[in-house]
Order: sequence, then C-alpha cells, then structure tokens
Amino acid sequence: MSGESLEAFRADLRAWLEENCPQEMRDGLRTEEGICWGGKNWVFTSDAQRVWLERCAAKGYTVPRWPVEYGGAGLNRDQEKIFREEMDRINARSPLESFGIWMLGPALLHFGSHEQKLHYLPPIARGEIRWCQGYSEPGAGSDLANVQTKGEDKGDHWLLNGQKIWTSYADKADWIFALVRTDREAPKHKGISFLLCDMDQAGVETRPIKMISGISPFCETFFTDAVVPKDQIVGEENKGWDVAKYLLTHEREMISGGAGGLTGTGRALGAVLSETMEEMDAILRADAMRCEVNSLAIGLTLERYKDQSEAGQGAGDASAMLKYMGTELNKQRHELMMTAGGSDALEWNGPLGNRAADWLRTKANSIEGGTSEVMLSIVSRRVLGLPG
Amino acid sequence: MLADMARGFLDGAAPVKKLREMRDAGERHDAALWKEMADMGWAGVLVPEEAGGSDMGFAAANVIAEEMGKTLAVSPFLSTAVIAATALRQVSDDRAKEALGRIASGEATYALAIDEGIKFDPDATQLEAKAEGNGFRLNGRKQFVVDGGLAERLLVLARTDAGLTLFDIPADRASVSRDPSDMIDARDAARITFENVEATGEDVLGQVDQAMTVLKPALEAGQAALAAEMTGLSAGAFDMTVGYLKERKQFGVEIGRFQALQHRAAHLWCEIEVTASAILNAGRMLDEDPENAALAVSIAKARATDTAKLAVIEGVQMHGGIGMTDAYDMGFYMKRARVGAEWLGDYSYHAERVAAARGF
Repeated sequence: MSGESLEAFRADLRAWLEENCPQEMRDGLRTEEGICWGGKNWVFTSDAQRVWLERCAAKGYTVPRWPVEYGGAGLNRDQEKIFREEMDRINARSPLESFGIWMLGPALLHFGSHEQKLHYLPPIARGEIRWCQGYSEPGAGSDLANVQTKGEDKGDHWLLNGQKIWTSYADKADWIFALVRTDREAPKHKGISFLLCDMDQAGVETRPIKMISGISPFCETFFTDAVVPKDQIVGEENKGWDVAKYLLTHEREMISGGAGGLTGTGRALGAVLSETMEEMDAILRADAMRCEVNSLAIGLTLERYKDQSEAGQGAGDASAMLKYMGTELNKQRHELMMTAGGSDALEWNGPLGNRAADWLRTKANSIEGGTSEVMLSIVSRRVLGLPG
Repeated sequence: MLADMARGFLDGAAPVKKLREMRDAGERHDAALWKEMADMGWAGVLVPEEAGGSDMGFAAANVIAEEMGKTLAVSPFLSTAVIAATALRQVSDDRAKEALGRIASGEATYALAIDEGIKFDPDATQLEAKAEGNGFRLNGRKQFVVDGGLAERLLVLARTDAGLTLFDIPADRASVSRDPSDMIDARDAARITFENVEATGEDVLGQVDQAMTVLKPALEAGQAALAAEMTGLSAGAFDMTVGYLKERKQFGVEIGRFQALQHRAAHLWCEIEVTASAILNAGRMLDEDPENAALAVSIAKARATDTAKLAVIEGVQMHGGIGMTDAYDMGFYMKRARVGAEWLGDYSYHAERVAAARGF
C-alpha cells in the first residue's frame, strides 16, 4: 500500500478516534482494572467503557486485522501498525481483550468452516461471548497430549466427562474450547478432538483456585455428562492436536508480549524504578540496564515476526522462542521492580498498590502455555533439528 | 539476495581457513581480495552513485558485514567502506567526493584513530592539534587503531581550541609513526604516535571544533555494522556447534541427544534471533531516520556484544577439548568476538546510552 494512502488512512483514523474515544478511556490503563473482557456477565466499570467497546466493535477495531465479514476491520499489517500508533498517541485503552481474540479466533480463522467463522467470530469481536481455554489436566501439564477428558460419541453429540485445570477465568466465561479424547485406542496425539462447549449447562462446573498472589484467575473445570453437539468441533474428529498446537503458537506470542508491557511501547524500566528509588545502587542499575536492553530487543523481535506473518497467522515454531525470551525477561523485570520498591512493595495493597501480586503472577508466565523448558525442547527439535 | 550472493562469494574466497593462512604467514591485509570486494560494489556500498559507488544503504552494509562475520573474512570493510565513507559523505566538497570515489574503487583504505586509553571514549580525547599559522601541529598518541597498519589514510580525532576536530591525513605523513599491534584476532591494528605532525586547514574533515557533526553518523554506522559482523560471527560459531552436536558421539549416542546440551543450544539460538532483530532495526533506522538512530544502534551493539560472547563461550564448551585447540576454528571466533566487544564501545558504553535514552 502506498505511503500516501496510508497517511490518508491515518488522518481518517485520527479524526475518528478524536470524535469517538471517550476521555475516560484515554488514561492508557493496561492493568487488570482497566481491561474490558466482555461476555454475557460482564459488568462495565463505566458508561465510557461500554460506549468505547460498542463504537470500536461497530468499526471492527476490537480485532483490526480480522476480515470485515467476521467482525474485524480488515486492516493490513501497515494499517494495523498505524492503528496501534494512533491508539497509543491518545493513550487509549484497549476496547476489548479476550481469549477469543488472542487464541480461539486465530484457530477458527485457520481451521474453522465458513459457517463456524460467521457463527463464532462476530460475537467474540463484539465482546458478547467470553471464552476460556480447556487444555491442561491434572495428569496433562507439559505432557499436554496426555489429556484424558473423555468425549463419548452419542450419535448427534458427544458426552464429556473429566476434569480440566488452570482454566483461566473459567468462572467468568460463557463457552470453553477444550481438548477432549474422542478415541482412546489411538496413539495419544491422534485421539484428541478440539471441541466448543457451552458452559451454561448442568454438566459443567468451575471452582476457582487461590494462587500465591492471593487472587484466583485460574480454575478447575469439571465435566459431568456435558453435552457438545457434533457441529461444535473445529477441524476433523481426532485431529484436534493440530488445532491445539496452532492455537498454542498464538497463546505463546500473546504471553511473550502481553504479559506486562514488555515491548518498546511499554514504559521504560528506568522510569518505573526511579519512581521508588531516586538513586539506584550500582548493582540494581546494572541489572536494570541489561533488562532494558533485552526488553527493547525482544520487543523488536516480536514486531519483526508480526511483520513477517500474514494476517491472523502466527510465528510458528519461533513462537516458542518469543515465549521463552519474553516471559523469562518479564520475571526479571518484576524482580527488579520489587527490589526498587523495597519494603513498600511488601504490603498487599500497600503504597505501591498490587506490585507484589503482580510480581508473584509473573512466575506463572514461564509455566502457562508451555514451560520454558518445553519451549527450549521445541526449538531444539523443530528449529535446530537435534535428535529427539 | 544480497546475503546469498555475499555468502556464496565469502565461502569460496574468504573462509576461516583463509584467515588462518594469513595469520600463519604474518599477513594482515589481502589487497587482491579487497579489490574483488570493491568490484562487487562492497567498498562503495555507502558511496553515492555520482561518486562511483553502489549506494546500497546502511541495511545493505549490515548484511555484508554480517556475512563477513560468519566466515571471519579479513577486509578493511568496516573502517573504510562504512566508517570513512560515512564521515566523508557528511562533507560536500570536491575533495571529499574524490576521496569517496577512491574508496568505492578499492584504491583508498582508511583507519579511524580515535581511542587513546583502554576504552572507547571520544570525549576524553587528548591528542592535541595546536593552531599554528594557517595549519595545525598534532601531538599525542592513539591505540587500537583498527586497520591502522594497512590503511593509506587516517581519520584522526584531535582536541582543538574549542572542541574536537577530525583530520583526514595520509598515514605516511612525516612524524606519524605506526607500531603494529600483534592482535589476538590476527587482524590489523596499530598504536600510532603523532610528534609535531603538520596538518593544514585542508586536512580538516568538516569544521574545526565540530568533529561530531561528521563523526557521529560515521561512528553509528560503524557500530551498527560491527554489531552485524558480530551477529554473523555468532551465527557462524553456532552453526559449527550445532553441527558438532549432531555428529559427535559419546556414551554411544550423538551428544545432541542430551537435553542439557539441547537446551543450551536452543537458548543460544533464541539470543541470536533477538539480536538479529536489533541489527535489522539499526539498519532500518540509519537508512530512514539517521538523526534518531542512536538508540537503535546502541541496542544493536550491546546485544551483539553479549550474544557473541555467549556464542563463543558455548561454542568452545560444547566442543570440549577440541574447541580449545588451535587446529580447530572455534578459537578464531572467540578471539574476534573479544576484539569486536571492545571496538567502538563495549557493552557498558552502549547499555549506558540505552539507559540514558530510557529514563535512567
């Protein structure tokens, strides 16, 4: 696309944002309190949050790169960059975040039928349905393909029985996308199906798990004779592992960059640390400088892979690299923020707010979506071709 | 495409074996090889077309430097084609244009005489250029003048009355004495003493007391290209190492089957990928927004320094004893990585610059 038409796009967008982004939504808030997750049970924190979501959804700006017919704005990569720049310029909050946007959407765009896309994607884009992810089980963590939740073929539907764990926000979600064993005889990777399950039924129960950070973003989810109609499968029966892996590459990219302002557009670490420590000691300063150099370089790497990939597609095997590097760095960043915070950082809801809870939360970054060690094994086997 | 062409040429004309032969023969420069590179447009990569160059830009210069790093190719590319050419380009007189033409054709070679202490620190320059009549007298000493033994001309940073001034003088001018350094990487460098060296107003590149106008872009271009070379070096050492993991057997299996080594190799690959992004970004910024490229350049040089260090340390360790032998090439990578780490600002220098730009 020519520079001229891009600049015209920017001008139109800027005018639209000026007119449509409520002032209250221009505080750049990216923490949990500022996020709009959407869904049937969502309670808007303000009228401005509701208005902002509705206006963006009408333009497709909650999922700017998705095709227009599925609720997106159909932007190309250059336009999307301008979109992010203009949003940042006025410090706009993201109108909507969700697992539907980050994970299920890309998987449906890649593997779903046209009918499925038309049925499931627009409600995600409008923030009407909130999804959660049913992947891990008590016996299937790093060995994810060992899932045992059973899907029994009942002709026109499957009957689900089993337990999922670490289902983020399952207690607040409307639907769950789940890996279910539909063939117990096949080798473990070849008997899994990727099913979409409405949680509004008696056979699905959730129970929050209290984490070390004191909050409960993760749940256990139990299926007891839960019903999933046969048309609610993505991809083919027993070929769900392909969908699962593809979705994981998106999850990993999301975790690598989204987990705490890691990219170059996030706040400079030096500024964050200086808020609590006027003069950093030599060791903290040296560690922080190294962390900042690495943050910027990893941010550039995320951008590079986005530039290389087609609309809605991921970084493939390299997402393991992004996830590993991004999450390990994010943990370091929060360690430094704790050090700079000193004893003020040691109180729950103390002078530095939830800094300790945020710090504790980051420890999950290098576990969720595949541990750092699993990421290194993926790079080793699939990228370097070392013997397995 | 440029990368493929460069790789094809360098694998044939300048493999690590060539560096080894030159070291063993005590040679520091291969004029015929440099002429071939010039004929391919590499010497003139940053020289305008009207001056006889190929004018491919900084990103392209980085690509060439990166490929050179993979095979540790010996050439005055960074000193001459990147640093000197960029400095000369900042000046728009006939003399500079002619000099650029001689760079592009491969005739002229340059070295930047800047360091005086053990660390890169242009602001601390003490070499004095005292005004005398219409000219200057230069007194002082420089060290770690990369390519200072082979170069036909020297860019000398000197202190003048009200600032720093950059001189462009022939290396064989009277009272310039060059003492070749026996460098660990077997590449050319020299200590140079200036004793009452005469310089005229004509020898000043740019304006008196305003060296940085000319030098800052040249340094940034050189730092970016050096970072690119070091990233190529990292990739070269890494490829050797992964190849070895797949072939070396112990306990009856390839050692690449051991997870302890797999994860270290995978980690190294991740680091190289991240650094490669910083190199691409630096090239893009130098081409598109050179006024504001300083941060991008320092991210690149800092990352490249760190990554190259890791690549060669892991390279030697994962090879085991054979990696320690002179007969094996890994040692050449390790020694070049150490020299590259120091040249044009070490990790701390560039990390400080990043920190300054990011609110520390």
